[in-house]
Amino acid sequence: MSEGVAEADQPIERVGGAPDLMSKFDPVIATREALLAGGVEDPFSLVMERVLSPTKAICNGRDTILLGTYNYMGMTFDPDVIAAGERALADFGSGTTGSRVLNGTYQGHRDVEDALREFYAMDHAMVFSTGYQANLGIISTLAGKGDYIVLDIDSHASIWDGCALGNAEVVPFRHNDTEAMVKRLKRIPDGAGKLVVLEGVYSMLGDVAPLREMVGAAKEEGAMVLVDEAHSMGFIGENGRGVAEDQGVLDEVDFVIGTFSKSVGTVGGFCVSNHPKFEILRLVCRPYVFTASLPPSVVATAATSIRKLMQAGDKRAALWANSKRLHAGLRELGFTLGTEEPQSAIVAVMMPDLEHGAMMWQALLHEGLYVNLARPPATPANMTLLRCSLCAEHSEEEVETILGMFERAGKAVGII
Amino acid sequence: MDRAETDSRIRALIEPFNKKNIQVAEGTTFSGDLEFDSLTVMDFVAAIEDEFDIIISMNQQAEIETYGELVSAVCSQAGK
Ligand SMILES: Cc1ncc(COP(=O)(O)O)c(C=O)c1O
Repeated sequence: MSEGVAEADQPIERVGGAPDLMSKFDPVIATREALLAGGVEDPFSLVMERVLSPTKAICNGRDTILLGTYNYMGMTFDPDVIAAGERALADFGSGTTGSRVLNGTYQGHRDVEDALREFYAMDHAMVFSTGYQANLGIISTLAGKGDYIVLDIDSHASIWDGCALGNAEVVPFRHNDTEAMVKRLKRIPDGAGKLVVLEGVYSMLGDVAPLREMVGAAKEEGAMVLVDEAHSMGFIGENGRGVAEDQGVLDEVDFVIGTFSKSVGTVGGFCVSNHPKFEILRLVCRPYVFTASLPPSVVATAATSIRKLMQAGDKRAALWANSKRLHAGLRELGFTLGTEEPQSAIVAVMMPDLEHGAMMWQALLHEGLYVNLARPPATPANMTLLRCSLCAEHSEEEVETILGMFERAGKAVGII
Repeated sequence: MDRAETDSRIRALIEPFNKKNIQVAEGTTFSGDLEFDSLTVMDFVAAIEDEFDIIISMNQQAEIETYGELVSAVCSQAGK
């Protein structure tokens, strides 16, 4: 990153004494400087020089095991997926140069929407350029002026930004607290529209929402329900449709949001639904209309990957086995984890503070392990976390190697 | 609802969140003087919502900076 980022406030004189708009970031610059002054490698500017497989790369010059990529099902190097992408690249070109509603819908975009309808057994599917945009678009378009959005306080940034983009009243409730959600729904004035926004797996701690209880309760209060299943697709639920399927309430969910950037192994986002009027959203949803569609190669890889995920029983079993082993192993070593039991393919290791978190992150990197360093404001309750996300392609030996790395790094940094 | 009564009920609710025992006046700000972070705000707002059986959406919260503004907002909503 350029040197400029490390230089706080050097205001340039402006006509009329107007402030430097960049000055508001000085506290962030200061925090970052303090962190780097301690001698740690910058956790937020890692470069992968080569990617060898879904679980291995050369990062900052070192051979590294990847344990923080959300590449849950390891589809990024699947030969069928790659072949489909290469074919589409050759046949349809490198990009669409257009919006989905103008010149940007190719056969491949239709096909990936068909694949999603098959995967979820739902009537409608709408593909966005990212999952972030799917939340931005669907939430801001569904809930308008005078409507209420009731959402979990630990919701992903894209959900919050979807709320901020629209004009609805926004009412958060305590994480996974059904009673707090219901109380708020009951107080909404008669006649106002209600949208409840939940996630299947919350990506910071890797915990699952009690959707059976929450979706039912929201419906009883007359709300429509949207569930973001970004971190569950492909391996939670009988058909990999996510936590709502696993808990038997998928039928009651009005809108499911998902992404291609995790289990599917490429980039893109989507919303699937059985709502009879769903298709009209294509014309009224601005983050769908006013941006270029995904490149043909991307939608071809996504469609192939999604169809393969429908038959990925072995991979699912391997992913769960890895997740359980890592969770149990880290606990035995004495680390504090985000959940008592492994609930997803995310295992969050709690750090005492940002300084120790950064030291531990670096010690692991030097051992040859990449994990995600997560810190406020992205984390709940100002926690610093080392987030590990497993991949179906991590071998059993790799998981043992990872545990050894955690043990050495944890002792060196003084956390265990 | 009577403003004085609303005031005293809100004052009682602030107590557990007022870690530094700041003297609360009409002009006391939540983020500046009381140093409420976003989690504290959520818990505090929830306590007020439960006490008065109202909703204070985040859109409304954005308009409320001082203690006095909060009392007024609760009075006008609870009075409906
Ligand atoms: C819960 C949740 N929703 C949405 C997204 C956005 O997905 P995408 O990477 O496709 O923009 C993410 C991932 O960052 C996420 O964790």
